[in-house]
Amino acid sequence: MSRDEGAAPIPGVSGQRTLRIGIVCPYAWDVPGGVQAHVRDLAETLMDFGHFVRVITPVQDPSLLPDYADDGGRPRSVPYNGSVARLTLGMRATNHVRRWIREGEFDVVHVHEPLAPSLSLLTCWAAEGPIVATWHSSIARSRALSVGYYIAQTAMEKVSARIAVSEYARRTLVDHIGGDAVLIPNGVKVADFAEVAPLEPRNGRRVLFLGRTGEPRKGLSVLLRSWPGLRHNFPDLKLVIVGAADEADVLAQLPAEDAASLEFLGPLSDHGKARALRSADVYVAPNTGGESFGIVLLEAMSAGTPVVASDLPAFRRVLDDGRTGAVFINEDSSDLTRVLSRVLSSSAERESLAAAGSARAAEFDWSHIAADVVAVYDSVVQPGEVVKVDLRGQLMGRWGQRGSTSGVR
Amino acid sequence: MSMGTAILIAAVFVFAVICALYLSVTAGRLDRLHRRIDSSRASLDVQLARRQAVASELAASGLLDPATATVIAAAAHAAREAGDQDTRIAGDPLVNDGRRWLIESDLSGVLAEVFDDSYEVAEVMALPGGHDIVVSLAGITRRVQLTRRFHNDGVRACRQVRAHRFVRWFGLAGRTPWPSTVEMDDTPPTGLIFGPGEGRTLET
Repeated sequence: MSRDEGAAPIPGVSGQRTLRIGIVCPYAWDVPGGVQAHVRDLAETLMDFGHFVRVITPVQDPSLLPDYADDGGRPRSVPYNGSVARLTLGMRATNHVRRWIREGEFDVVHVHEPLAPSLSLLTCWAAEGPIVATWHSSIARSRALSVGYYIAQTAMEKVSARIAVSEYARRTLVDHIGGDAVLIPNGVKVADFAEVAPLEPRNGRRVLFLGRTGEPRKGLSVLLRSWPGLRHNFPDLKLVIVGAADEADVLAQLPAEDAASLEFLGPLSDHGKARALRSADVYVAPNTGGESFGIVLLEAMSAGTPVVASDLPAFRRVLDDGRTGAVFINEDSSDLTRVLSRVLSSSAERESLAAAGSARAAEFDWSHIAADVVAVYDSVVQPGEVVKVDLRGQLMGRWGQRGSTSGVR
Repeated sequence: MSMGTAILIAAVFVFAVICALYLSVTAGRLDRLHRRIDSSRASLDVQLARRQAVASELAASGLLDPATATVIAAAAHAAREAGDQDTRIAGDPLVNDGRRWLIESDLSGVLAEVFDDSYEVAEVMALPGGHDIVVSLAGITRRVQLTRRFHNDGVRACRQVRAHRFVRWFGLAGRTPWPSTVEMDDTPPTGLIFGPGEGRTLET
């Protein structure tokens, strides 16, 4: 450690020192998902900072990859953890990862969801050097973890720095693997939501629901139960549903006279979703569970749309305990009716919620979040060292490696 | 040789091979953990040296009142000496590590006391050149905190493996000293923290 290094430019500020960063996404790029969106936004923000970034990811149609992403192979449908997951695994994928590591000469490799048996776990196995791992989900069913405990433990020992996006994800890690993680929440690209044009104006107040109608944990039925009462208070009210919808099933849950107040927009692109959020008077998130973060609340807040959400712990945290969005008692339709009526009837409250929400969302803007991720990279990067292929994973590789490493060590 | 003896010999052989494989894999794991600790400890030295340099620069910048500048300069100077001494006696981490972490904690304490509210921070940032150096300080205090945490995580993982009885019986750790965590106060100044994360710094 020469003292001269102390006088060198501080790499704290983004852009003062460029890093070569390799990011590993475990799930198929062309399937919508939270981890994929996180990886995309992180990679793009890091590149805005001036860093060199490559992403490796499974993908069904490689022509859809952006120019910073490398094809990690086709995902296969594998029964895992009680459902069919689309994962990329096998020796071909492992060799692919090894080549990617060798050619990338990365200062740091950042794997996401490291225990998902896909490219991320393969990377932990195949790489050696500064590795950062981010935990996204809480794993309720931990059988897979305990069966593969030894594998997981060994892979995790190679991770130099661990990040959790939420308190849940962190607790999963602490309980099942041991050790701790730094909490760095999910980010949102505020400008993508704040600056889009709303959909063309239509008459009446609009309440927006986002998500597949068939997924009970999204809580649409809680909202539908309160709908007749809301319509009684506000006859001009419209419910806009964005996402794959079983219209007949939804309409069956409502009295016939309310059917006309529903509008199905179907699944929308990110841009379309942003426009729909911008043109809504209130965004309602009646989720009954299964949310570990609540990124969609931040998206609505970025769009300047007041949020009414169930009081799930994850939502309360994003909404700063109700200060930046209104909350109702989870699964309680009458409380939802009460809260939503209050918000709909007071333009002053809507405006103050929208302003508080925008300010809160700005804190989660990717430019801030990614700067803290860079701080993590800086604390594990070794000057003059790059991430290498670890041959210890293979017995044969181990023997092959013997002669060459003994001289170095 | 009877059939029974042959089976017995084969069983012993297979058992020995399995044991050897297990020991070899565990030795590899340990080796990797030791190297990880070595590099995280080196990173911590780098980050602390940078922090000390930023603090000295701040003290010498003329942006602070003379009393504050003196206190910070003294703490930074002590940290520099402790760091230099520590580097010279590398290889025997037990000699003065304890004292060094007290001195580094003092520097954290001084910085935390000076930048404990946003008023002080805003005053310094408003001066010419103030913004850059405050941002540097925020960045480096956060990095010291992260680096120490990751180092201690590695130490704990390593201790867990070393405590295993096979590792002790077969002396798999060799002569590598029992790893020690770095215990110091590294809390970044509250005036330099904001946002939804646990300790994000102002870097925009």
